[in-house]
Amino acid sequence: MTVKLSNVSKRYGKDFSLKNVSLAFETGKIYGLLGPNGSGKSTTLKLIAGLVYPNGGKVEVDNEEVTRKICRKVAYLTELDMFYPSFTVGEMVEFYVSQFADFDPKKAEQLLQEMKLDPGKKIKQLSKGNRGRLKLVLALSRKSQVLLLDEPFSGLDPMVRDSIVKSLLSYINFDEQTVIIATHEIDEIEPLLDEAIVIFYGDIIGQKNVETLREEEGLSVLEWFKSTAAQMEGKK
Amino acid sequence: MTKDFQASKPIYIQIADQLSSQIVRGEISAGEKLPSVREMAIQSGVNPNTIQRTYSEMERMGIVETKRGQGTFVTENEQVLKALKLRLQTDIIGVFVQNMKELGFSQEEMIEGIQQYCRREQA
Repeated sequence: MTVKLSNVSKRYGKDFSLKNVSLAFETGKIYGLLGPNGSGKSTTLKLIAGLVYPNGGKVEVDNEEVTRKICRKVAYLTELDMFYPSFTVGEMVEFYVSQFADFDPKKAEQLLQEMKLDPGKKIKQLSKGNRGRLKLVLALSRKSQVLLLDEPFSGLDPMVRDSIVKSLLSYINFDEQTVIIATHEIDEIEPLLDEAIVIFYGDIIGQKNVETLREEEGLSVLEWFKSTAAQMEGKK
Repeated sequence: MTKDFQASKPIYIQIADQLSSQIVRGEISAGEKLPSVREMAIQSGVNPNTIQRTYSEMERMGIVETKRGQGTFVTENEQVLKALKLRLQTDIIGVFVQNMKELGFSQEEMIEGIQQYCRREQA
């Protein structure tokens, strides 16, 4: 297992964001971490990226307990805008080259071209869609073992979404990478996924192989998600 | 481009069905090379593991053959292709008959209906 969470709990103040969660992710697969807003998806990714630490339990990447240094092995695309507005696209790429030993500038150049991003343009001149594309270029240009994407589609139009799906499929290295995508836009990414994990207010309430779910239960991920979530709402 | 898939059926089977009907319609010829797993994944916007399953399933059915180091090719075996065509016909008829039954038509009425329709088409 490339990524492993064992009995992990995370609290912010008194509120539990994750309660005693155990999960394992293997190389070569794309996982969808699905749940409503505030269910603990982002927290899970941040724990794997070493940006927050658990109050209980253990988070491991490649058999190493996660610390801030895990960013050598983990690429993380945040849902937030994290760029310096006065940087140009090219300067942003150079910054990434300076920060990450596994960053491949050639791949970045190729991706920028495919996404039609001008390296000379300032970040503040980019549209939201192009900032979304740039974030993906930077995340995909790293040869990291783990790729974490937090809401990569949020607020982007269908054209941008399609180009993001295409570049994910073109540039993920399935022999070496583990990809985890957190999103509540389930329909969008279902065909991309191997496994779907439903997280609901801090609990993992299900994990299914997407095709097995269809084969054995005749359900799409979205239908399964809705029925499982409805059951949980009923219990609350 | 990401295509829409039916909810109740595995995606790998839906893609195999699409490819099968393209083969029967002659849009993909006997002996033709199919796109690589990765290319096909990008074209249809699905996980490459799914496409791998599509190709394995079609290989198991004899519709395609994988040649080591060269890729996946549509079979040139005419019997297999003929059987595939007949299978698609049976599938379509199956759906039709089911729909007609639900509307309350008898077998005779169905056949009569088809014959009338075909006569009108010809005219």
